[in-house]
Amino acid sequence: MTAQSTRQPELSFGSAWRYADAPDSTPIEIAHRYGHFIDGEFVEPADGKHIATINPATDEPISDIAAGDESDVDRAVRAARAAQAKWARTKPRERAKYLFRIARRIQERAHELAVLETKDAGTPIRESRDLHIPLAAQHFFYNAGWADKLRYAFAVASPRPVGVCGQIIPAGAPLLMAARKLAPALACGNTCILKPSELSSLVVLRLAEILQEVELPPGVVNIVTGGAKTGEALAAHTGLRAISFTGSTETGKRIARAAAETGARVTLQLSGKSPNIVFADASLDQAIEGAVQGVFFSRGLSCCAGARLLVEEPILGEIVRKLKIRMATIRVGDPLDKNTDVGPLACKQQLDTIKAYLKTACDASAQLHETSASPLPKKGSWCRPTLLTDVHPSDVACREEIPGPVLAVMTFRTPDEAIAQANDTPFGLAAGVWTDKGSKGREIANRLKAGVVWCNTYHKFDAASPVGGCRESGLGREGGIQGLRPYVEFS
Amino acid sequence: MPITAVDSVMVEAEAAAFAKRSVKGEAATQGMRMALSMLDLTTLEGKDSPQKVRALCRKAVQPCGAMPDLPHVAAVCVYPAFVALAKRELDGTGVRVASVATAFPSGQYPLSVRLADVRAVVDAGADEVDMVINRGAFLAGDRETVSDEIRRVKETCAGAHLKVILETGELETYENIRRASDLAIEAGADFIKTSTGKIKPAATMPVVLVMLHAIRDHYLRTGCMIGMKPAGGISTAGAALSYLVMVKETLGDAWLTPDCFRFGASSLANDLLRQLARQATGSDTAKYDFSEA
Repeated sequence: MTAQSTRQPELSFGSAWRYADAPDSTPIEIAHRYGHFIDGEFVEPADGKHIATINPATDEPISDIAAGDESDVDRAVRAARAAQAKWARTKPRERAKYLFRIARRIQERAHELAVLETKDAGTPIRESRDLHIPLAAQHFFYNAGWADKLRYAFAVASPRPVGVCGQIIPAGAPLLMAARKLAPALACGNTCILKPSELSSLVVLRLAEILQEVELPPGVVNIVTGGAKTGEALAAHTGLRAISFTGSTETGKRIARAAAETGARVTLQLSGKSPNIVFADASLDQAIEGAVQGVFFSRGLSCCAGARLLVEEPILGEIVRKLKIRMATIRVGDPLDKNTDVGPLACKQQLDTIKAYLKTACDASAQLHETSASPLPKKGSWCRPTLLTDVHPSDVACREEIPGPVLAVMTFRTPDEAIAQANDTPFGLAAGVWTDKGSKGREIANRLKAGVVWCNTYHKFDAASPVGGCRESGLGREGGIQGLRPYVEFS
Repeated sequence: MPITAVDSVMVEAEAAAFAKRSVKGEAATQGMRMALSMLDLTTLEGKDSPQKVRALCRKAVQPCGAMPDLPHVAAVCVYPAFVALAKRELDGTGVRVASVATAFPSGQYPLSVRLADVRAVVDAGADEVDMVINRGAFLAGDRETVSDEIRRVKETCAGAHLKVILETGELETYENIRRASDLAIEAGADFIKTSTGKIKPAATMPVVLVMLHAIRDHYLRTGCMIGMKPAGGISTAGAALSYLVMVKETLGDAWLTPDCFRFGASSLANDLLRQLARQATGSDTAKYDFSEA
């Protein structure tokens, strides 16, 4: 900043009144090691190999999970195939009962699941407790309702299940991601093999315990843990009739190629570089809050993170000034603390990627502003919420997905420019439009290339509402009636 | 004056998030002591008597005889008839005397009467004057009148601090509340205040957040700090802490003093005392353990 003759008044967010530490100290049981969940029980991996899963906030190992290989995957697929015919024949309303039971057990064990997600995935407890776990339960409730009404969902006399489905989910919000894939697949009468990320498998394995509790027939849901190799083995398995993947565009393309060989139907939820467009007539304070929550609170790890902020030129100064003020009160730290807004990254690799992007951006004249309120813990991988200004649509930082809490701010002058800029990436996942004028909001929303457009809000999810992307952000939808489509066949 | 749009869905969600902050232990004790020191201990009833006002003044200076180290409250807020009495009772204690004026709570009297009302309480020694705005004129779109009247009251206040009551329950929309806040601040308010306590809804978190935004924007523009006083409807220590969290995270440390933030309440004091006693002794207390006034 250049020195100015008159200093602008500044607000100070210091230590006049500190909140005491408020860690959620609910004790939860975590076993020393976990196997795969195949055919209704936990089994050791074929070659006996395990990998450590760590608490990303402390880098301490919390348990060992099985590292699956081809034979583990094959065993799971066989179990799913064996269970398929009977599960498809099970009366739809009986299938619904299982889903309702799962949903209720998730609710009953919600606190435990939230703490476990926070410990294993680093999600701030506020987010896992208030958003991820309740929404995961809601996906089971919602799809339970559809199980015996599928013909009304599609206006076809008898939609049939597709068969055995492979499902691969990323590290962020593991239980929610699992629920979004499992619930519609089960409601439609399919059997599944789910592979969670090796960074956050524990809460999904806890779901396996719930499946045992509700006595879901063995083989209907199988969970194989492990890293990229396990995922590749699953994607390449010829026994799958459908594969659903959530993760990076790069891996998504590999999955689609593998599916071209096996003939499996593909659903993809991939990367994004979603824009938040703020017009001068918007309710600015709320737009700023939405922008902050849309990118920082999920640590930028949500695929729908609003990573670009497009601001009408006359209000740029005010928006940036207020963003910086708002960022001053964001609390980064122990994800188990009830007052933490932003937790650690999922792994060290993410931090390195982010740093490389930020360096490239700064070399190309970008101005970088970080939050500074709370000191970062010594262990774990942490990235402060970061604002990039003086960046341009052609910069890498504005075109590629950065896996962290980084917001790039750019300006536009007319609605046409706003739309052109918003659509100017290879992606098309989500977008936000902030204007007080309803007609303008609708018009802009219709011209955006994005699977989801939020108006005067951001990052609102509901089991009844589909999410998904176009272009390099994916194929197909999850949630809502649309989320059932990948799991039914009509002819 | 720029028209500021306010989105009700987001502002309510944002306010709800402040209420989810966890404030426990030492932080809670510090917060509750702070809340006590920011209290405008209030009695505004037709049945008020000198005896009741005297008792209230006593409580203002020493909120609880059993806990003598507690701070005194910020002010005692009474009807004009009791200003002189309260002033005598509180002389030299540091507790200020606030009086409602301008034909509180309706304000539906000729301006001359309302100004005379203000003059009378200032002459009687009130340190602070809580006026009501002309909501009829505001809702009719006559901002000039509202603004002029506030200016006239401000002049009449001489040195007394002016708190401008918007009566947000009658303004209804967040945008009206934001515009009325901007208008009151421009016209010379030292504090903006939500409610008379006679109309429901009184203070709510989202309403106060919108008003805090107006205060923040004025400060960012001019460097001038305006105070905030939510009044009515805040009766628990937990609610008070949520308001303080909101102030801390919206305006920052500088507003966490009785000079910049007040609670207008009558029943909040006893809940603060109950919770403070519980923190100190570890055992629960009943409502009847503390004096009413």
